[in-house]
Amino acid sequence: MSADFWHFDPWNLAAFALMAIATYACRGGGYWLFRQISPSPLVRAILAYIPGTLFVSFVVPAVIKGGLQPAVGTVATLLVMIYSRNLGLAIIAGVAAAWGVWALG
Amino acid sequence: MENRNSPVVFTRAGFWRGAKQSLPAVIGITPFGLVAGITGQGAGLSLGEITLMSATVYAGASQLVALSIWSHPPHLLAVTFAAFVVNLRLALMGPVLSPWLDKFRGWRVWLSLFLMVDHNWAFSVREMNAGYRDAAYLLGGGTTLYTVWVITTAAGHLMGSALHLPPGHPLFFAALAAFVAVLAQMWRGLGDLLPWAVAIVVAVLVAQILPGTFWYIVAGAIAGSITGGVRDHRRRLRA
Repeated sequence: MSADFWHFDPWNLAAFALMAIATYACRGGGYWLFRQISPSPLVRAILAYIPGTLFVSFVVPAVIKGGLQPAVGTVATLLVMIYSRNLGLAIIAGVAAAWGVWALG
Repeated sequence: MENRNSPVVFTRAGFWRGAKQSLPAVIGITPFGLVAGITGQGAGLSLGEITLMSATVYAGASQLVALSIWSHPPHLLAVTFAAFVVNLRLALMGPVLSPWLDKFRGWRVWLSLFLMVDHNWAFSVREMNAGYRDAAYLLGGGTTLYTVWVITTAAGHLMGSALHLPPGHPLFFAALAAFVAVLAQMWRGLGDLLPWAVAIVVAVLVAQILPGTFWYIVAGAIAGSITGGVRDHRRRLRA
């Protein structure tokens, strides 16, 4: 095993630490905060839409930027996911489709 | 049968029950972990670094988003913000388990919450609603998933280094494919159409205006969720 497998960059470590704090602020902080105050129904209604709108905002521009390869892969992933409801299978199908485009192009 | 009025406990038996009942979720987490490991390797992180990241952050989706915008050195504000925004849902999940958690103090609560992810949370809510009264169930499930997460990201990194993937290799599409698949699971029906459409339009526009930044993700999420939330709230007021 090469030595650089265990290389630790100080900037990367700082990023992990900040990400870990931000994540725990959500995990623990949310529970703590909701015990002190109860958010309004409007805030709750808005927060309920965060996961879906966040991921769709991440995926669509990335697919547009990537071009044909991720576009074909995305369609394959979606179709397999809708019909099989199997996450692992959907990822494999998407990668296989993207790989096909890559091999042809 | 547990009695609904019996006190909430925190036992070894509850821990093991949670640990065992989380095993089916391992099938769902394993590809995610491998993808995160491969993506981390592609982003230039060492095996030790990706393992440490998984062990401290332990939140797959946010790790994948952060790794896809990783640079050297990383943009600290961007990756921290990504972690915060992607994991905001966890802030809403903890309070749901307050009938269990409110009964305890100290490490039982805060370690259980550290190990809380979507799967063991969902299983715990199901058990709690069925009248199960052992709060160690959440910690047990979290321990299984945490162990699998750390091991599979390390394995993914080893796979990535063994394969020597060039940038732009289709295997890196796996990270995006994971999100596409999760999106299909998140779709709750036609009510999501308008908020998601607003999110897409805003995200695509902001990505054009501010290329090379992560703001399009935040802008799309905020615009879309306000659209959906305000609409639902108004409907409820009228009803």
